[in-house]
Amino acid sequence: MCQDCGCSVTPANIRMTSENQSHHDHSHGHSHEHPHHNHSHQQIHLHQAILSKNDRLAERNRGFFAAKNLFVLNILSSPGSGKTALLERTLMELSDRLPAAVIVGDLETDNDAQRLRRSGQQAIQIMTESLCHLEAEAIAQATQKLDLTDIQLLIIENVGNLVCPAAYDLGETQRVVLLSTTEGEDKPLKYPTVFKSADVVILNKIDIAEVVGFDRDRALENIRNIAPQATILEVSARTGEGMEQWYAYLQHQVQPQPELAVH
Amino acid sequence: MHEVSIMDQTLDIALNEATRQGASQIHRLTVRVGTLSGVVPDALRFAFDVVAKDTIAEQAKFEIETVTARCYCQNCNQDFYPEDIIFVCPHCGTLSSQVLNGKELELSSLEVS
Ligand SMILES: Nc1nc2c(ncn2[C@@H]2O[C@H](COP(=O)(O)OP(=O)(O)OP(=O)(O)O)[C@@H](O)[C@H]2O)c(=O)[nH]1
Ligand SMILES: [Zn+2]
Ligand SMILES: [Zn+2]
Ligand SMILES: [Zn+2]
Repeated sequence: MCQDCGCSVTPANIRMTSENQSHHDHSHGHSHEHPHHNHSHQQIHLHQAILSKNDRLAERNRGFFAAKNLFVLNILSSPGSGKTALLERTLMELSDRLPAAVIVGDLETDNDAQRLRRSGQQAIQIMTESLCHLEAEAIAQATQKLDLTDIQLLIIENVGNLVCPAAYDLGETQRVVLLSTTEGEDKPLKYPTVFKSADVVILNKIDIAEVVGFDRDRALENIRNIAPQATILEVSARTGEGMEQWYAYLQHQVQPQPELAVH
Repeated sequence: MHEVSIMDQTLDIALNEATRQGASQIHRLTVRVGTLSGVVPDALRFAFDVVAKDTIAEQAKFEIETVTARCYCQNCNQDFYPEDIIFVCPHCGTLSSQVLNGKELELSSLEVS
């Protein structure tokens, strides 16, 4: 039952009510001079998710990934938080332990994908039409271009933006939000939606935390308050500090754990 | 810019539905937007004016119903309305990450003729 209009809500449900309205409270194009005109307005109740098309495609991706036994991460952050740096090091250092591939959503250049390919693992770039986020359809297409034989981990580097990507499910197994010490401790409070959607929050650039006067305790408190569900990891993609924890996390997730099904 | 793309998709759904019902005018469009949807209502309103231009929805009244966040507290086994973006249960102080409402982004109804 729908909370606002009392109709029963099923995907195909569209209830029509036709009414002669002699006292409209809205103003629109046509005239209402005659008090008992018989022109009728219909109310169409839709209750349709606006992003339902993307959501459907994301579910399809999820099914595909599950069938291939792929663990898929969607990485979100502000521009420059270090997504590519983190993935570069991850691909490089995991290459003999965990076969992985990366899909990078970038605006114009192929730079990120080139940087990532130096690890010897697969990385492909997708241009995003919307420029501010990736959508499930583009992921489905990009996935077709990868050789997924033996791949266990697929990482998607989303467009650097903390707002738009949050609304678009890509079919990922888990979502990772990256925050760097140069961005300030209040980021989670300013962008609660994206942090609330995170399974993992990675605090990057801890090598320069002191130099930039980063208040670690306050940052951690803010992350825990906004995203109590998230696992928090602290790393430096530059020096490698903390990266072993991240690899351990990944390997733990990727290992088949029948009784601990991922959502 | 995100709102324009969202509005585009909203209008697509609306125009398709109006056509399917044989309507020639859309007089009202009502959307439900959760406070956690990541969509800014004012930006959406602005996007509507841009996107609806030269369509049968151009004259339509665009209404946004805001859906406030509602969470579930596992400790108390009941739901609550958080006071701000930190979802702390007012009864027991536990932090909740179970969101029942607030993520909505839907086209709820149309008025057509
Ligand atoms: N000191 C320090 N610098 C880092 C670290 N990680 C990344 N950087 C630097 O931060 C800058 C941005 O890093 P990228 O990896 O390109 O960031 P990104 O998130 O991929 O950026 P976009 O793709 O533009 O959104 C580069 O100059 C990196 O060298 C780190 O852990 N410590
Ligand atoms: Zn990058
Ligand atoms: Zn956007
Ligand atoms: Zn409680």
